[in-house]
Amino acid sequence: MMAHLVLAPMLLPFIAGLLLLALGQFSLSVQRWLAVLSVLAQIGAAIALLDAVSGGDILVYHLGDWPAPWGIVMVADRLSAWMVMITALLALCALIYAGLGVDAKGRHFHVLFQMQLFGLAGAFLTGDLFNLFVFFEVLLIASYGLALHGGGPERTRAGLHYVVMNLAGSAVFLFAAGLIYAAFGSLNLADLAAKASQLDPDNLGLARAGGLLLLVVFGLKAALLPLHLWLPRAYAATSAPVAALFAIMTKVGLYAILRTHTLLFGDGAGELAHLFDPWLLPVALITLAVGSLGVLAADQLGRLAGYLVLVSVGTLLVAMAFGIDGIAAGLYYMPHSTFTAALLFLLADAISRRRPLSGGRLTSDALMPQHALWGGLFFVAAVAAVGLPPLSGFLGKFLILRAAIAHPWVWVVILLAALLVMMALARAGSLVFFGATSKSTLPDANPGVPASASPMALPLLSREFLAIGGLLALILALTVFAGPAFDFALATAQQLANPALYTAAVLSGRP
Amino acid sequence: MEALIALAIGTLTGCGVYLLLRARTFAVVLGLTLLSYGVNLFLFATGRLIIGQPPVVSGAAGYADPLPQALVLTAIVIGFAMTAFVIMLSLRARDELGNDHVDGLPQSGDTP
Repeated sequence: MMAHLVLAPMLLPFIAGLLLLALGQFSLSVQRWLAVLSVLAQIGAAIALLDAVSGGDILVYHLGDWPAPWGIVMVADRLSAWMVMITALLALCALIYAGLGVDAKGRHFHVLFQMQLFGLAGAFLTGDLFNLFVFFEVLLIASYGLALHGGGPERTRAGLHYVVMNLAGSAVFLFAAGLIYAAFGSLNLADLAAKASQLDPDNLGLARAGGLLLLVVFGLKAALLPLHLWLPRAYAATSAPVAALFAIMTKVGLYAILRTHTLLFGDGAGELAHLFDPWLLPVALITLAVGSLGVLAADQLGRLAGYLVLVSVGTLLVAMAFGIDGIAAGLYYMPHSTFTAALLFLLADAISRRRPLSGGRLTSDALMPQHALWGGLFFVAAVAAVGLPPLSGFLGKFLILRAAIAHPWVWVVILLAALLVMMALARAGSLVFFGATSKSTLPDANPGVPASASPMALPLLSREFLAIGGLLALILALTVFAGPAFDFALATAQQLANPALYTAAVLSGRP
Repeated sequence: MEALIALAIGTLTGCGVYLLLRARTFAVVLGLTLLSYGVNLFLFATGRLIIGQPPVVSGAAGYADPLPQALVLTAIVIGFAMTAFVIMLSLRARDELGNDHVDGLPQSGDTP
């Protein structure tokens, strides 16, 4: 059983997705329960996987018992298990929120959701560059369906951009994979890492071009500047639970950058070592700067949350440029930033639905029911997003800054970006919550609709509370258990810094 | 043969990128298709261009690498599905936004 554990986080959503497709005519509540059960099982599998790799073991699954460089391998090390865990926890909260009615606005929401989880888990667990491409496509085609779910002109327009950008990205990924194959004669990541140091000098150019093209593709997925343009609009236009789930999508790009950066182009790669180094920090800082300006310029809550995703991507990439300490800090910050982004998307939607006149736009509107509660939740989410104490965002940012201690200008950019984000969130909170007036004074309030019948009187639904409360609890847990979490992140970074462990586990471990 | 293949890949990719940058969804879809043709041909050539060799390792001096053909096959299947999807999406965008501009902008020359 233990030998097959590596496949469990992929197979569970895959089987659930197929079942949901077959049970398509059953009532929505049956589908919701099956979907939630599948995600709960995936969380269980992720916990078991995390437990199995926490000692430093690297689990390798050889599909069809073919030995490593020839067959397909799935590999679970600390990094993969960590990412799978984040995905599964995030998915549960997004799925609960989707049960509010988003999943009823079109067919096959739950099938696409499960297939998205299948693609995400596969991308984190695969040990092969071409399978990484295949899993990217799986998660992308599911994400196209999810992004467009519910329809509407604005969603279609943003979705078209998102789809075309990612299809072009897929073509570039194939060029990159082809170049890598031409240079190395292999696509197995461990095999590539082993061959990198004794590469034929004639093939160095091919390998370099392929490697940098990979950085372009992963940068597109992670929405790094200048490939970020699709993100804020696509995330703001789609439905809230989908945007919340997409908070992990940019992290897939970051994961792929981190994996190739440490495994393929690490210290032991000979001529190819540190191929990404000249690019990571500048790109990260520019992304951070432009993202924080975008947050300041955003005129609606969804857009604001979209630009905050950019800010967190920039911050995480800065961390990755600073060796073991930086990667460890980034890995600790990763779940925090993912959950916070999801929390903001869900809150933006919950608040927008309670403001019938202005929705998510940053203008004053009538008082919401439970006004103080929503204001308080937004305040907590803002504190988490800026990285103020006492939440885990502060710890993460502090650790990143500590890793960059020798680079004062990195401090300047990160802290200035945090200031801009804080200003933007303070302005948004002031306009939305302090600017609220009693409903009768609004000039364009619809007098024909009694207050009780308007959507303003929406009660605090239990699903909504579960999803938002769950994300808050995850952020709190990350704060309270910061010690063990950071120890794990540090161990992960040390494991990544020693690619020989990965190579040995994959190539020597004959089934 | 190398020059011919390289020219073909370059032409397909160049035309694909050019069409991809057009403002109409029809041209963009054609561009994506040409780009995927270019990629497939490129993948096919990554195993090096060899004539008259056995297709797998057979102990003889050389062999033609069979793996790129598997990669191309996968890429073709995925590209086919994606093209179908983007065509449907373009049709829907044409329907919902009223014209086939990628940004859905109304054009002065359009009939309403």
